[in-house]
Parts: sequence; C-alpha cells; structure tokens
Amino acid sequence: MATEKAKKQYQTLVKQHTPPRPIVRNVVAAFVVGGLISVLGQLIFGGLTRLGFASKDAYGYTGAVLIGLSALATGFGVYDSLAKFAGMGANLPITGFANSIVSPAIEFKREGYVMGVGAKMFTIAGPVIVYGLASAAVMALLRWLLGGVGR
Amino acid sequence: MNLPVILWAFLIGGALCAVAQLVMDVFKLNAGHVMVGFVVLGAVLSGLGLYQGLVSFAGAGATVPLTGFGHTLVQGMLEDMATRGWIGVFTGGLKAASAGLTAAILFGYIAAIIFTPHG
Repeated sequence: MATEKAKKQYQTLVKQHTPPRPIVRNVVAAFVVGGLISVLGQLIFGGLTRLGFASKDAYGYTGAVLIGLSALATGFGVYDSLAKFAGMGANLPITGFANSIVSPAIEFKREGYVMGVGAKMFTIAGPVIVYGLASAAVMALLRWLLGGVGR
Repeated sequence: MNLPVILWAFLIGGALCAVAQLVMDVFKLNAGHVMVGFVVLGAVLSGLGLYQGLVSFAGAGATVPLTGFGHTLVQGMLEDMATRGWIGVFTGGLKAASAGLTAAILFGYIAAIIFTPHG
C-alpha cells in the first residue's frame, strides 16, 4: 500500500516529467486559425449581402452556413484534427460550437439515437446555451430597469 | 486605422481566440469552461452597449467567435423588449439565435446518421 510520503513523491515526479503547455505556440496557432475562420465568415457575409440579404440577417445566415461547413468537416474527421492543432482557434468560433454538437452526436451513435445522439449532442452546447441565456437575461433586464430600452 | 473590414475580421477574430487560448492554458481550464466564459463575456459587453461597436468595424471577426452568440441573445431580447415590454426577455433571445441553433442541431443529427465515428 502506498504511504502518504510515497504518494507525494510520485506526484512531484509526475509534475517534473509533465511537459509544460507550449503557451506561445498555442496562442499563435489559435490567433491564426481563429482569424482565418472569421475571414471565411466575412467572405460568406459579403456573398450573402451581395445576394440581397439585409446585413442584420446576413450575420445569422453566415453562422448557419459556417455551421453546415463545420458539420461536414467534423463528419470527415477534419475538424477534430484542426481543433487539436489550433485549440481555441477552432473551438471558440461558431464552427467550434457546431463541432461540439456534431462530434459527440456521431461518436455516441453506438449508445442509440435517443440517449446517445440526442443527449450527448449537448454536453458542451448545453452549458453554453444555459449560461448564455441566463447572462443575457440578466443584462437585458438590467438595461430595461435602467431605462436603456426604448419603451 | 482605416483597414478594410476583412482585415479587422482577421485581427479581432484571431485576438479573441488567442485570449481564449491564453486563459485556457494559464488557468488550466478545459475548452467547455472557456467557451461558456466567452458567451457570458459577450452577453455582458453587449448589455453594456460595447459589443455592437466591435461588430460594426470587425464584422464577422466579432460575430463568429462565441462572444457573438452572447451578443445575439442580448440584442434579440432588447429588440423584443422594445416592442412588447419585459416579456421580450423570454421571447427575444432564442428567436434571434434560431438560425444557428437549429442549423447546429439539424446538421448534427443528420451527420450522426450519415457518418461513422473516427478512431
């Protein structure tokens, strides 16, 4: 049985041999990939406004197009590799939000279409929607109470 | 600086992701926590009236990262509140975000039917 001392020794050993996170490399990769995905979004937005969509609507539709592309890239296994390379550069854009839904949907197919696909889709999207709606409601109500909303 | 929007989209979208990565690495968080944090950040900045300015000069650089999702929710609520009063808190948020959410759920389901898991 491991004594407390041995446990502590083991933990320091693990700490010594765990490579430090390569922060600079990660941040640069996130910047470049996140920037490029945003540029792709801007190009799609430009195309949609040229097709005659109002710019207010076009941002929403741009998101939907990016999500469709991300679903395809995730299906072919490309997006998960991108996320491994670029971290938050791939996870933070709306395409990463889509990936967080599509990837477990495919992965957990084996657990069935209801409790596998249906439930596991929201492992990350669920918390994002919950905290997004909750914080948005607080901010919107504050604006309302402070008279910042036209009535 | 008078740069074209597409360059600002690259810079702002990239900067948001870089900050997210930095926060994740420095505080040793996982991706889900950072994503939740940035949606909340977007909602707070939007509620304070600071995010729309970013959208108007950086375009997709501000709307594509998840902070833009928080912004969409707040603006949707405020828009409905302007016409129907407080009930807009309940009706406006998801309405504004519906295209993205519906697309993600539908495409996710279709992808699950078509594709098989990778390794």
